[in-house]
Amino acid sequence: MNIKMKVGLFIPCYVDQFYPNAAIATLQLLEKLGVNVTYPANQTCCGQPMANSGFEHLTSGCNTLFMANFKEFDYIVAPSGSCVLHIKEHIHTPNHEDDKNISGKIYELTEFLTDVLKVTHLTSNFPHRVGLHQSCHGQRGLHISQMSELVEAPYSKPQTLLNMVQNIEMITLKRKDECCGFGGTFCVTEEAVSAKMGKDRVLDHENNGAEYITGVDLSCLMHLEGILKRKNSKTKVIHIAEILNAS
Amino acid sequence: MIQELKHHATLADDFNQNEDRVGWHDDTLWWIREKRDKIAWQVPDWELLRDAASNIKDHVLSNLNPYLVQFEANAIANGITVHWAADAAEHNQIVLNILREKEINKLVKSKSMLTEECHLNDFLAENGVDVIDSDLGERIVQLAEEPPSHIVLPCIHKKKEEIGQLFHKHLGTPEGNSDPQLLTEAARHHLRETFLSRKATVTGINFAVAETGEFVVCTNEGNADMGAHLADVHIACMGIEKIIPERKDLGVFLRLLARSATGQPITTYSSHFKKPRENQEMHIILVDNGRTKQLGREDFRNSLKCIRCGACMNTCPVYRRSGGHSYHYAITGPIGAILAPNLDMEKYADLPFASTLCGSCTNVCPVKIDIHQQLYKWRQVIVQSGYAPKAKVLSMKAMAFTFSSPFVYHTAGKMGRAVLKYAPFTVNNKFNPWYKQRDMPEPPSASFGEWYKKNRN
Repeated sequence: MNIKMKVGLFIPCYVDQFYPNAAIATLQLLEKLGVNVTYPANQTCCGQPMANSGFEHLTSGCNTLFMANFKEFDYIVAPSGSCVLHIKEHIHTPNHEDDKNISGKIYELTEFLTDVLKVTHLTSNFPHRVGLHQSCHGQRGLHISQMSELVEAPYSKPQTLLNMVQNIEMITLKRKDECCGFGGTFCVTEEAVSAKMGKDRVLDHENNGAEYITGVDLSCLMHLEGILKRKNSKTKVIHIAEILNAS
Repeated sequence: MIQELKHHATLADDFNQNEDRVGWHDDTLWWIREKRDKIAWQVPDWELLRDAASNIKDHVLSNLNPYLVQFEANAIANGITVHWAADAAEHNQIVLNILREKEINKLVKSKSMLTEECHLNDFLAENGVDVIDSDLGERIVQLAEEPPSHIVLPCIHKKKEEIGQLFHKHLGTPEGNSDPQLLTEAARHHLRETFLSRKATVTGINFAVAETGEFVVCTNEGNADMGAHLADVHIACMGIEKIIPERKDLGVFLRLLARSATGQPITTYSSHFKKPRENQEMHIILVDNGRTKQLGREDFRNSLKCIRCGACMNTCPVYRRSGGHSYHYAITGPIGAILAPNLDMEKYADLPFASTLCGSCTNVCPVKIDIHQQLYKWRQVIVQSGYAPKAKVLSMKAMAFTFSSPFVYHTAGKMGRAVLKYAPFTVNNKFNPWYKQRDMPEPPSASFGEWYKKNRN
């Protein structure tokens, strides 16, 4: 990649508000790799919470804002598979060419690192036992990892990057890519099932000795963190950017 | 409005009152999903096979009329009587008329999801016809007076001890005995008597071959065959989407069906029925019941490719933890959730929301129906048609307002974090569904936006 290329940093609203450290790690990591990265201050939300609840028709304000904030960049990068997938598939503004353009240049962080920057080594060090949670929208939507349902050769962009981290120990899960049950507004409208799914996911990581659960989406991790804290678990959650940026 | 109905979330909440049982249900179905994975990996061209099946079904849906006409002509030439039913009521009446003409008031039925969809059993019972389901799982739920909870595994929600109790009550097995072999043997004797004494049988149809006018019924128990070979009248019921063009297409579908459904290479019985035996009557009922309407919905038409394997249920993390009955429709799980709103959008408005949109259903589907994309699209249609709960409409409008303005968003974010920090009791209470089983996130002192302003500009 031409390092003169301008990259717009897209930070999902709940990351901005609740997990600034993951956003800071994303920014620092990209800067370390020599990327010319800017955070447009007027960004809010991609509109996914409304759209997934059936209110896509109320997202035009979000779409217009997103377009105004990110149109001029060569690439858009976000530490979230879910929000990236939403923009890729559902941004609708009056100008369809602009929409197509945005869809073609928006990347989830790990796919940007592997596919565009073609990162082959990292200087990070993270001496812990870590379980990787495959967030569905990144995995089954953006195809950042092979999916257990499909008969295809294995690959995983987040895992490839985690393998470059020194002293990290990855654990093996019983169910390697089951949904955690967050699901946007699903987590409150279907509270019982959502919580049960989260508890089951957490238990899989705990049973296999994870000190940390990591992943590309903090929405899933926020849900899992809520369950871990409620049961006073020693296991913590951490966004993948914080591991890749750890020293 | 949907709030007044007992919808999926409430029924799922009921199901989750017994957490151990949810775990058992989840593990049982996950085991079947794993069996499916194992056997799919034994077919190197699995994904190509799915493509082929999907293409054949797409082709059929685009040429449904000529194939149905061809099938009808060939079936009639083979000596089968063909009936057409526009809806469930017509279908049920046709079955009753055939039975009345022959003065038959007892029927044995093998598994047919179409007859469940049409509520045939209830209709026949109201009209004095005694129906016995011969599929073991279906017989169990019939004795329990419950609908099936899964299209392939109708009594998957029942533990063997509960089945033992049911059999003790209805079939006289020893009390407290739940040995599967003993129970199956008891059912076998009971059903054998049924097969010998019933003059009419109803079966479903898995595939109807336009080229030959024959149809194929797949079972593991041979119960469809026992019924059909002993009865004087065989009535086979099918949705109009069950057509395939040629016999050779079965080479694609039979390989996919059982592998996807239960992880078997093929069903134990894949029986071809082409013409009636001497002195036997054979009828086929071709049923629409909303299918042409669905065919006219561009975004949802390919849901009609479904071959009823149930793989989407076994893989669905929500289905496994909410149980089939929480879908309150004959076809449960993800596929049911995209088929049901076509029939009654108000009654089934909740179903497309009973999903995290994880996409696993789409990946296991042997005919490549984009199930999770259709769930998303149904949500839009349902909301636009006015079937969203009022409170949700208001909260979504408030959310759209907040996110449309950076100023409002930044102010609200700051306030929200302050509330969490200084007045956590306002959110950490029973009125907040998040808090019931999860802690709220720790609010940081500054947002990333605030940090960036200080550190990078």
